[in-house]
Formats: sequence, C-alpha cells, structure tokens
Amino acid sequence: MSQTIPPVLSVVPTRALVDETFKVVVENLPPASPVTLHALLYSEDKDYWEAYGHYVSDHRGTVSVAEDMSLGGTYTGKEAMGLLWSMRPEPGSRTGLRLRKREVTSPMLVHISVYSGHITEGFRKQSPLASVPTERWYMAPGVQRIEIKEKGVRGTFFIPPGPGPFPGLLDMWGGRGGLLEYRSALLASHGYASLALEYFSPSELQSADLQIQYFETAFNIIKDHPQVIPDKVGILGLSLGTMLAFNLVAESTKIKPRCCVCISGHHLVSNRLMIDGSLPNDPKKLRFDENNYLIRRDVVLPVPSDPSQKIDVRNIKCPMLLVNGDDDQNSPTVEAAEDIGNMMRSGGNLHLLSTLTYPDTGHLIEPPYSPHFRATTVRAPRTKEKVMILWGGQTKPHSDAQEDSWRKILAYLHHHLYSSTTPKAKM
Amino acid sequence: MIISGVHSIRMQKNPCCVKLSVQPSRGLVDEKFSILVQNTPPGFQVTVHALHHSEDGHDWEAFAHYTANNTGTVNVSEDPSLGGTYSGVEQMGLLWSLRPVPGNKPWLRMRKMNVQTPMEVTISVYQGHQTEGFTDQAPLAGVVVERWYMAPGVRRVPITEEGLTATLFLPSGPGPFPALIDLWGGGGQLVESRASLLASHGIAALALDYLTPKITVETGKMVENEYFEKAYKVLEQHPQVLGSRIAMLGISFGAVMTFKFAVYSEVIKLSCAVSVSGSHVQPIDGSVKQIFDYLIKNAGNTRINEENQTIWRDLLLPIPTDPAFKVDVGRLKCPLMLVVGEDDQNFPAPESAKDIKEMMERAGNSHLLTVLSYPNAGHLIEPPYTPHVRATNFVTVGSRQKVVALWGGEMVAHSRAQEDAWRKLLVFLRENLYGTNLGATSLSHLQRKGISWDPMPNGLVRDGLHLFYRTEVNS
Repeated sequence: MSQTIPPVLSVVPTRALVDETFKVVVENLPPASPVTLHALLYSEDKDYWEAYGHYVSDHRGTVSVAEDMSLGGTYTGKEAMGLLWSMRPEPGSRTGLRLRKREVTSPMLVHISVYSGHITEGFRKQSPLASVPTERWYMAPGVQRIEIKEKGVRGTFFIPPGPGPFPGLLDMWGGRGGLLEYRSALLASHGYASLALEYFSPSELQSADLQIQYFETAFNIIKDHPQVIPDKVGILGLSLGTMLAFNLVAESTKIKPRCCVCISGHHLVSNRLMIDGSLPNDPKKLRFDENNYLIRRDVVLPVPSDPSQKIDVRNIKCPMLLVNGDDDQNSPTVEAAEDIGNMMRSGGNLHLLSTLTYPDTGHLIEPPYSPHFRATTVRAPRTKEKVMILWGGQTKPHSDAQEDSWRKILAYLHHHLYSSTTPKAKM
Repeated sequence: MIISGVHSIRMQKNPCCVKLSVQPSRGLVDEKFSILVQNTPPGFQVTVHALHHSEDGHDWEAFAHYTANNTGTVNVSEDPSLGGTYSGVEQMGLLWSLRPVPGNKPWLRMRKMNVQTPMEVTISVYQGHQTEGFTDQAPLAGVVVERWYMAPGVRRVPITEEGLTATLFLPSGPGPFPALIDLWGGGGQLVESRASLLASHGIAALALDYLTPKITVETGKMVENEYFEKAYKVLEQHPQVLGSRIAMLGISFGAVMTFKFAVYSEVIKLSCAVSVSGSHVQPIDGSVKQIFDYLIKNAGNTRINEENQTIWRDLLLPIPTDPAFKVDVGRLKCPLMLVVGEDDQNFPAPESAKDIKEMMERAGNSHLLTVLSYPNAGHLIEPPYTPHVRATNFVTVGSRQKVVALWGGEMVAHSRAQEDAWRKLLVFLRENLYGTNLGATSLSHLQRKGISWDPMPNGLVRDGLHLFYRTEVNS
C-alpha cells in the first residue's frame, strides 16, 4: 500500500480566547492545488455548524488563510477569521438556530480541516487530508466564576485572576434565553469584575424583576465586593439590557456608574415600564417580511416628541457609548440614537455621548467571530409559540462590525475604568 | 524615584489600577508570549515576576526590573530588563531564567512527567525593583498562564505490546503521519515532554523507555538491541504512521544508541537521525549493557571539580582510532543532524562532532551532515524556554550512584541555543519527513503537470557537498 504524504495543517494558536485571531496555514500540498478549508463545531444544542472557503495553493504548496483569497464558500476574499464568523448550521439542520455557549468553563471546540478539491457539501461524509481541533475559550486561566444569589439578586460574577481590586461591570446581556454568562466571562478575561445579571427568566417573569431597585442592588453588590474598586463600576447592556441600562442611569439617584455601554438599544419606553413591567407591544405595528419573519422595529415608532413617553436621557450624568447597526430590524436603534443626541443636546449633556453606527449590521452585535444570525427562532413568552424574529444585518458587514465594535468597547472601558487620569467625556 | 503629587502608595491596594496581560494565556511550551503592563504612573518602577510550582513540589521563580515609559507601559518584548534573573530585552526570559526559590534544596531539575496537564505559571507585577520576599507581599496584578506540551486533539497512546514500555503521541487528524522514535538519556524513565510536543507539530512520536522499562525492572536485565527494532516495527506497522518515513532522535545516551541504529541496523531504516549532545564512541556491536560497561571501564577518567560536581565527558575520550569503538558514520545513508553544546561537561559532543565530520568527509557522505554547534551551551539542550540548569542531582541507571552531575553551559547562551536548535530541528524533521522531493507519488504527479518546484522549500542552506553550518549565537 503506497501511502501519500498528507499536507501539514497548522492553526496558531490552538488555544485562544474567542476574541483572539488565529492563523490557519496548510503546507506540503502540491503546487496550484485546489483545496477547501473547513471549520466544524458541534454545539451544546447538538447541531453541526460549519464554514468553508475554497483556496488554491501557491508555488510552494502553501495556503495561508490570513493572506490568500477564498474563491468561494461561506466567505470570500482575504478573511483570516472567515472560518469562524461565516459559520452557519449544516444544510438540513433545524431552522432559526442561534449559537450561544452556556457552559463557559469549557472551550468551544472547532475542528479545522483541509479537503482535496473545491467541495461545498458532505464534509462529514469524507475524510479530510488533515484536521486540527482548536479551542476557543470565553474564560482565561485563573478567572473565578461565582454564582450570586444575594439580596434577591441572581446572576454569575466573574472575577479576573490576581489580587485586584478591579474595575467592575454590570452586564445586562439581553432578553430571553435564561442566564448567559459568556460575555461577562470574556470581560473578566480582560480585567473587569463582571456580573452577568439574570433578570428576564421567561418561566419566572415577574414584573418586580424589572424594577429599578433590583438593578441598583445588583450594582451595589458589585461595588461593595472586596475585589472591586467602588468608584470604577460601569454598565454594559445589549437590547433589552440597554433599555434597562438607560433607565437605570437616567433615573437612579442611588448609583453612580462610571460609564455605560449600550448596544442595540433604545430609550423609547415610558416610566410605565418600571412600574408594571409591561413592555410596549402593539400587535398592529408588527410586520412580517417576505419569509414571514417578524419585524419588531416599528412597535415603538414613531419616536415620540413628548419626553414623558421616553426615558429621560437628559438626566444622564455618566459617559455613554451607543453601538448600533443600521439594519437592525428588531429595534429602531438608529432613530433612537438620533433622538437621544437631540435630547442630550437640549439637556446640556451631549458631551457625554459617543455613538458608533455600523452599516448593514443587525441587532445582535456580539463578541467578534461569533456567527451572524439574520433571523432566529424565539418562543413567545406567554403563548410558547415559535416565531422567527428578524434581527437584520448582512453577514460580512455584521461580522466586521462585531470585530470593530468589540475593540472599541474594550478601549472605551479601559479609558473610563482603568485610566488613572480624569476620564474624558468623549473618546 | 519620587513622583510628585501622588499620595502615599499603600502596599496592599493597587494604587492606580495597574493592568497586566499575557498573550496567549494558553500556549504550547515552545510558543512565545507577550507580557504587557499598563496604567502605571510614568517612569514607575516595577518588577515582573514568574512563579511555577513544579510537579515534584518545588517553587521556581524568575523576575526582572523594568521602568515604565511615559505612557505608563512596560512591554517585556521590547523593553530592557534592568536587572533580575535576566537583563536586556528578553521576551521569554521569565521562563528560561526560572530557578528554584532560595531555601529549596540545591541541584534541582525542572521536569514535567505528566504531559496531559499544562505547566502553570503565575506572572505578577510588583511595585519597585525587588529581589526577594515576593510571596510575602501582594502584587499589583497577577495572571495565570498555561503552557501545554500537547496541542488539542493530540492522542496519547501507551504502548505495551512486544514487551515495550513506550508512549505513542499521534497528531490530530486522519494521518497517516511520518514518525519518530524519541530516546532520552542515562537517567532512564519514560520522558514524554519532547514526543508530545513533536506530535503537536505533526509528527507521530514514540517516547521509548529503554533503560527502566517494565521488563528490566522485573527481570533485572537490560534490553537487547532487538527491543529498539521491535519499537521500530510497532511504529512502522501502525495504521496511522507512514512506515517509510520514520526518524530517530536521541539525547545524550539516547544519541549514542541513535548512531548505532542509524548505521548498522538491518531492521531500522531511518529517513533521518538527530543526535543532541551525543557521541558515536561506543563498542559498535554492543548492547545497552555493554555500552554502560564500556563507560564504567573508563570511569577512572571521571573528574570532580571544586564544587564537588561530577564531570563525565572524559569517559569517552580520547576519540578512539580503533574502528571497533566508534560507529562508522561513513556508511550512513540518511541525513544526520548533530546538536552540540560547546561547554558540554557530560559528553564530549564537540570532539565527537569533529570526528564525525572528518569520517564523513573521508567517506564522501558529508553532504548528509548538519552540525549545530553552540558556544557556551551545555549538555541538556531541551525544548525552548526550559530553565537552564548547570548542574543537578543525577542517578545513572548503571551505577545507581547519586552525584551532582555537571552539565555545563551559561544560562543566556544555553537558552538561546535551545530556542535556535529547536527551530532548526523542526525544519530538519519537516524537510526529511514531510519533504515532497522524496515521495514517488508526489514526484510523478508534479512531473505530469510539468511544474518545477524548489526542492528545498524550507530554506536550509546547501553549500556544495556540505550541509554544514555553525551557528553564531549572540550572547
């Protein structure tokens, strides 16, 4: 039996944090050889996610994903991380899937493989030329994970390694889906003691949970922790979390956040939200697109001119960074951002505001290299009915936005929470 | 240095949110990391410190003094250490300058026997330029870094068939892979640190215990040369190994055996061979026991220095002229790489290398020879960033005598040699085990396409008939 010498596939580094880049290189191929680079992930929900790119080796028999062009596949062009951000469920999978890791103390295991020729399907049915698993971690070594059930507050606290004390973060990661820890784990890996707050558990939704006192108590738990610097605690929110963050920084007299990062949110709810916990939900304003996906952005439009119908952002006293996508089909974040700017100008606190708006980017702006989901299945909280919600965004620009915004968010947090000089209002 | 306008800095609390980051936080043991300290006041003095609690229960530490620049940053990859266990710009100095914390018993060696878990190193930053008492105070910041011998997906397979005591490390993927037999030195035991790392680089590597295998422990008898041939056959027949692409790598006594099999074995056919700190001097028909007996016969040449350390390099000197006592490397048919520390106090590796080169030039096969010779490097040339130890406790399997063996080498030069030799070793193995200029299949494929290619893709220098270069290492 004559055995052919396989190519050598290397992924460097093989173990990394999810926001770190890697270099995928194939060597020892014949020159000018067509190959397919493939990534495969078996999710916690037991689905297969994959991405692939078509390449041709150079005269030395080498393919370097960071330097060469993908000629086709789930991504094209020169994309060092395309094998991660362009992942989507394998054809034939259930529809409307979303990839989010619940168990953060273990890594995501992504198998990078190289196949002969330019293929587009059936990857799992054939043997690759070479294959290397790579670990993608949300938690750096030494990060502590502590479950919090204190003073009625529920969540998970992630503390960076080292003696501290550290700046703190209240992480309000969005509505639906139980408690998601991954962003807090990642923030702790970057030096922030971060509390992922549970506040919207679909099965035990109580309006009390959306009351401002719950969030103030959570903020103080962070602030009073022996390993947290009490005057360096910020807030970070996504989607529903951002709405609650706006309300908290605008209305609370008890807490003084150092800064606030608001992703894909809006201020277009009245005080009623905080009294009886009801979210705006006018069924007449719901639209469906050509695929029957639910578009919710119009529910809170048009932007009211009456300030009492909105969170009063003129009261905000801390620096704020808004991160939005202009193809957000779930919330009218761009219109809201414009209105926020107008209100703050009239309120004399516009100098606190910074805004990042990304083209062709949807609602779910996640840490970099997370796959993009234009629409996913969600269960309506009361009826338990399955509905496809349109989040928006086109994969490539949305992925670029995730990469760029994360870098800028980390720089913003570093500036406001780590810098020893008096923080400037604008970046 | 007084920084005006700053309130008194309490030792217990982080005065200004100093941020320490090490990237990557999880790496292979031969990968570099970058250490960044940020957010100190400008010109602030710090000590960056590394602490490792070894498998055998000892604390090792390294430290270096830095002064932050005017943006309050220290970048270990770019800034000079002003003192400590290393000085100057040394990206990896915190690993290779690790030494036992004062108070430990002397002559320790750092070895990781369990390669399935990472080596954990705590990197911390302390205020001021300090030299001791690190564990008695709180640092300004600290992070944990993992250093792995095994990449994800590398499989560890204990091998016990044919009476072998060995561990096979298979790279991830379907294979088949070129392979290598990894032989360690006179201290015996099954040392897996190098084989696991080689598998992480795509080579199926078999760590073979040939001095203290189960069969020797039970019978009291040392193995015969057939033991090595059995190991070769097990590899050759393994479904995930390319039977025609097997190499042998030996260090110290393991290198002595490597020369023998590379030249004389009818069974073992090597694609290439590597000797680290070895010698071709030995009774050429001798088994392991007979080679030990030969060394013991010359034991009178042992020297003890003023520190009571044992120097064994003269046991194989002078290089014999009698052909019965040195492997006839003129008959070698595969590429050979020699890694030599010029301050080797344990083996006469430099003298052996010189003799090997002369023999091969006379025989006309010196184009197969590569010699990497490092001034001021010692005997224990291990994977990069392994802390240098000039002398350690040692028990030879043969004599059962406990001594402090002098290995030699000066720390900085030795550490540079380890880094350089490993890099070149990987290139040598890649070229000879994966090289496309050897495979008939690939060759005909390329000839059909009419494509010409560079048969030396990885850039080793060819100089006429000689593949020889001496490495000038900057100390």
